[in-house]
Amino acid sequence: MIQPKISVQNVYYTYSSDGLEALKNVSLDIYPNEIFVLFGPARSGKSTLLRLFNRLSDLLEKGDYQGTILFNGRDVFEPGTDIAALRRRIGMVFAVPTPLPGSIRDNLTYGPRMAGISRSELPDRVERSLRLAALWDEVKDRLDESAFALSGGQKQRLCIARSLTLEPEVLILDNPTSGLDPLSTSMVEETLHELKQRYTIIVVPHSVQQAARVATRAAFMLNGELIELNDAGQLFVHPQDKRTEDYVTGRFG
Amino acid sequence: MNLTHQAVQIARRHTTGVLLRVRPLMHWRWRNWIELLIESVIKLAGVSTILIVALIFLFLVREGLPTFLDIPLRALFGDRWYPIEAIYGLWPLIVGSLLVTAGAILIAVPLGLTTAIYLGEIAPPWQREILKPLIEMLAGIPSIVLGFLGWVVLAPLIQDLGAPTGLTAFSGSVILAYMALPTIISISEDALYAVPKDYRDAALAIGATQWQTIQRVIFPAARSGLVMAVMLGIGRAIGETMAVMMVTGNAAFIPSFGADMAFQPVRTMTATIAAEMGEVAQGSLHYHTLFGIGIMLFLITFAINSLAGRLVGHQTTNRRQGGRL
Repeated sequence: MIQPKISVQNVYYTYSSDGLEALKNVSLDIYPNEIFVLFGPARSGKSTLLRLFNRLSDLLEKGDYQGTILFNGRDVFEPGTDIAALRRRIGMVFAVPTPLPGSIRDNLTYGPRMAGISRSELPDRVERSLRLAALWDEVKDRLDESAFALSGGQKQRLCIARSLTLEPEVLILDNPTSGLDPLSTSMVEETLHELKQRYTIIVVPHSVQQAARVATRAAFMLNGELIELNDAGQLFVHPQDKRTEDYVTGRFG
Repeated sequence: MNLTHQAVQIARRHTTGVLLRVRPLMHWRWRNWIELLIESVIKLAGVSTILIVALIFLFLVREGLPTFLDIPLRALFGDRWYPIEAIYGLWPLIVGSLLVTAGAILIAVPLGLTTAIYLGEIAPPWQREILKPLIEMLAGIPSIVLGFLGWVVLAPLIQDLGAPTGLTAFSGSVILAYMALPTIISISEDALYAVPKDYRDAALAIGATQWQTIQRVIFPAARSGLVMAVMLGIGRAIGETMAVMMVTGNAAFIPSFGADMAFQPVRTMTATIAAEMGEVAQGSLHYHTLFGIGIMLFLITFAINSLAGRLVGHQTTNRRQGGRL
């Protein structure tokens, strides 16, 4: 049996300010080299769950967390965990493309430089991650231009490339195509299929259609509960739960 | 005209009440006149301001220029300022000003920026909410009060520490630094706060520590605001006169070079004008020289401002032009 990359066991999360139960007893396993899709209507707890994986939840308002999240078999909330190192191994791309101030090259070298990787290795990493993110051909001649000069779709692929420069094991994409046109969206999706060979990918999709297009396995969440988890071929074609079926067929959401 | 007419017709057809009827009195021509009037008032205000500033500048040049024509440059940049004997060496005054200002910058910029980082990035929200208004209130303290404070408290303190007198360039620097600090802190904290939260998330998500995030991402993103903050702070310091005059000792000689350079009395350019303008005969060479000092001050400030403009510059033009989506 393959060891799961990330294992979520009975996780509860409640925001303390308004008592919102963002996650209620969620358990799931995510395996290497799959595209794991987490979908559901807004406020169903998807982003909260993802932010727990790389402890970006530390930045959120205080909340009550219970349960266990294992990454390669180790609890990410274990005291003494090197959070920066954890975040290097679990990369994250956000809904809004967020190039950092500086050139395209700067954006790609920030991470490795902060991780203490030697300068001589940087050009290689830049090229490799840009190729993986299917952006190399478009920007190879203008690496020193400002990252803000790129188009929306290019910016998002730059953010993907930026996460890849650290050679993470897991790549989390939280609604990566929300602001993109159809063409850029399909380029990003294609990139994901390429990346699957090397990484474990977790995606919150923009729509059910996108979920069905990219998923290996998919999990449907609603109001902080995991409703159904199955192979993509099953879940989108023969959903077991009534609520999943209603959502997938567009009866609500 | 046609369109307006139609609109009136439609409005009449649909309003039966007397109150709601569109009154033909407010004719479109009237509106055009009002428009024109307002436009010309705005134009007049703008043009007159520019004109008056230009005239002030012309006056400064006319009154100050004889200095540079009548006094040979060697004498003008001589090392003695002794107007009674017609020796007009500006060098001691320039050194005095530079020394005091440089000292102020050295104290105020690191202190101001670190305070801003603390307030904007590290302090918990409740501290920020208390401290920020307090610091902004400090900006309102009249400079003369700070000068007085320097005279009464700071100068004796410095003398106790072993300086021959407490009225030194360093005292002036400290007073100026604290005068500039509220401005620097407040504006740079605003600049840091304006950096989108997304940048922090993005930086942290690629494994940056808090300090790395501040240093590599937030600082560059807030750069133009930070430069602006420092420049406004320095701008306030460099032109300041009375407070500096009170605590620097006002001795117009060049402090001997060395480690204790800052702990000797100096006299700044601004203080010289303020101290001597009352006793000078109008039209005399001394009078013109005071204006000459004014020109020098203007040039220095102008240089600093254009330097700031250059440092901030390219980002602002980017914003104006909009860039690509």
